[in-house]
Amino acid sequence: MAIKKFMYLNRKASYGTVYAIESLEVVLIAAAFEQDVSLAFVDDGVYQIVEGQNTDGIGMKNFSKTYHALGDYDINKLYVSAESLEERGLTEADLMPLVYEDEDDDWAEKPSIKVVSNADLTKIMSEQDVCLSF
Amino acid sequence: MLHTVNKSSFERNSLQSCLNIIDDTSVILLIEDGVISAANNANSSMLAELATQGRVYALQGDVEARGISSKVADNIKLVDYAGFVDLVVEHGTAVSWV
Repeated sequence: MAIKKFMYLNRKASYGTVYAIESLEVVLIAAAFEQDVSLAFVDDGVYQIVEGQNTDGIGMKNFSKTYHALGDYDINKLYVSAESLEERGLTEADLMPLVYEDEDDDWAEKPSIKVVSNADLTKIMSEQDVCLSF
Repeated sequence: MLHTVNKSSFERNSLQSCLNIIDDTSVILLIEDGVISAANNANSSMLAELATQGRVYALQGDVEARGISSKVADNIKLVDYAGFVDLVVEHGTAVSWV
């Protein structure tokens, strides 16, 4: 099967709507088909990967831990909009330290998250074969 | 009156619509994605003004779920579900700005 470049565009916070968890499900499916997957976190989507989520008080599953598993599925291109972070008073330090092991570099642990400008995102998006928005 | 807002102010204008209409005695409770507006940088000046008057609440469980406890403005009061019920009892008619 030909490998295509898939981008998943995440624009909503977790828990308030079902988009975030549904996106995560579909991302894992694409990974199972060994596609070239990247994720973009834009607008309120940046809240999906904020560190320290605790859902005890709302009786919902805390699926933020699943983002840590993405590296094991060779999903290591997580682009975060710098502008979206700044608008919300967030910095990269507020995000989960998501990493992957680079098989081409003796399995060295490397960060998966890249904070990029919207202009960079424009370019990355234009290089995709498929872009799915959640 | 009690006004609940459950949408992020970055996504929808429901908080602004609520702020445009509420009277001087009403209070606002931010729930679900509405708690995003409780974070310092997401505050509108009108909401900040109401908060200084002690008239803005946020549901603690929703704040914690989104990992933004440390970002909530100091003068926004956090309540649990029991506190939500107390607000409903205290303020009578509730309006939900969905």
